[in-house]
Amino acid sequence: MAGNNPNAKPMNLTLRVWRQRSRQSDGQLVDYQVKDISPEMSFLEMLDVLNENLLHKGEEPVAFDHDCREGICGSCNLFINGRAHGPEPGTTTCQLHMRKFSDGDTIVIEPWRAAAFPVNKDLSVDRSAFDRIIQAGGYVSVNTGGVPDANEIPIPKNIADRAFDAATCIGCGACVAACKNASAMLFVSAKVSQLALLPQGQVERKTRVENMVAQMDKEGFGACSNIGSCAAECPVGISLENIAILNREFLNAKATSNNLA
Amino acid sequence: MSWLSKALSSSIGRKIIMAVTGLFLCSFLVIHLVGNLQLFKNDGGAAFNIYSHFMGTNPVIRTIEWVLVAGFVFHIYESIMLTSRNKTARGAQGYAVNHNEQNSPWQSRNMGLLGTIILIFLLVHLYNFFYRARFGELDPDINNNDDLYTLVVSSFQQWWYVVLYVLAQAALAFHLIHGFKSAFQTLGLTHRKYTPFITYFGYAFSIIVCAGFAAMPLYFFFKQF
Ligand code: HEM
Ligand code: SF4
Ligand code: FES
Repeated sequence: MAGNNPNAKPMNLTLRVWRQRSRQSDGQLVDYQVKDISPEMSFLEMLDVLNENLLHKGEEPVAFDHDCREGICGSCNLFINGRAHGPEPGTTTCQLHMRKFSDGDTIVIEPWRAAAFPVNKDLSVDRSAFDRIIQAGGYVSVNTGGVPDANEIPIPKNIADRAFDAATCIGCGACVAACKNASAMLFVSAKVSQLALLPQGQVERKTRVENMVAQMDKEGFGACSNIGSCAAECPVGISLENIAILNREFLNAKATSNNLA
Repeated sequence: MSWLSKALSSSIGRKIIMAVTGLFLCSFLVIHLVGNLQLFKNDGGAAFNIYSHFMGTNPVIRTIEWVLVAGFVFHIYESIMLTSRNKTARGAQGYAVNHNEQNSPWQSRNMGLLGTIILIFLLVHLYNFFYRARFGELDPDINNNDDLYTLVVSSFQQWWYVVLYVLAQAALAFHLIHGFKSAFQTLGLTHRKYTPFITYFGYAFSIIVCAGFAAMPLYFFFKQF
């Protein structure tokens, strides 16, 4: 349980937190002190302590997004000390533990930054651009009816594995937050390659990639420069290979689809 | 807009043009380097001048030259379009603290800066050698060819010229260390079997080609003493 530092004592920390009242207003970094933080707390529990303190003092608590607190919903998005989800690779903020920090540290906490992810309040950003990209084609249309037999459509194990790896994307947006270009290509590529690999995805294969890329551009995300920050910061390890697959799918669709628009 | 112009002005479409022109420019680098190796021949520049006379007058080469110009123009145009798009996408409010050096290589994040250094070098280089060879008055050599060799050698005896060349080649090397493999990724040409080879090849290519170009000014600079 105790991680790197079994005898770690409670810590006192300085938090430098982005405060912003609303989407329209300007924000700034504000310093807060928190005391007696247990190294076994998660980062979000540490923020809960901060908010308790603020409430006691009659101040406005810090708004931040969270839901599952077990690394699957993708909402706990904080840019911590210059890294998406903090310094620990392969974790969401809710899975980041305070034992990764030391007594006396100053921790800078900022929201995701991207033109397509406006800040709603404090650390909470609007990621509905991702939802609109998925709505543009990140699904398989099926007729409702009886449940099909599980083995009706054979899928080779290695294809199923690769599709599953792509499907593990939790839509957190760390890829966009970390990218110098605020590009959403890793996110889009994960969905496009997941469905392109599977037989169920074939019917809508070309329109899917065309529409999702068009929506991605419309939302104002940047283009991919193959820098790799996204994959390095992705909490579930979506690989850059998916972006090559996306480009391939896009080229093929543009060259051969029947859409003239 | 037609489907084609829409496809080519999308984010991926622009990157595809970058990749195709970038790889085309890499093929030009190979030809340019191999031809220029004749500078090292100890014949007072006769072979180099014959070669440059051929390159400057052969109609096939002169036609391909326009393709090369187009390659540069499109590469640079798309780089401006992409860079401005990406800057807008990043948003007005930046991070107070951003440690992206911990998640990505420097050259990958600075392709625009490296490209600008290459462009400045290119303009100086074209003015000094290309423009003066094509439109200026060069003295004839022993074979009655324009004596570009003497111009090259005298340029490379000036220290600031050597510094500019070596710096530009370093920038080009970093541009290609990222760019070569990146172009294959952009074109979707990846495969578990071949991508490791493309990565190593791109690394070796960048260093060998740029070291080859940098060797020329260094050779003539130190030869004069
Ligand atoms: C001989 C000269 C050059 C060669 C061989 C070359 C080659 C390349 C290659 C292979 C790429 C990778 C394409 C990709 O990622 O798909 C690239 C990208 C790039 N080049 Fe060049 N380039 C040259 C000159 C220039 C110049 C003069 C500029 C700018 C003024 C420039 C700006 C860029 C930029 C900004 C990128 C990155 C684009 C992005 O990924 O967003 N390059 N180059
Ligand atoms: S690709 Fe990774 S970083 Fe991007 S949204 Fe999906 S899980 Fe998050
Ligand atoms: S709160 Fe759901 S992933 Fe962190």
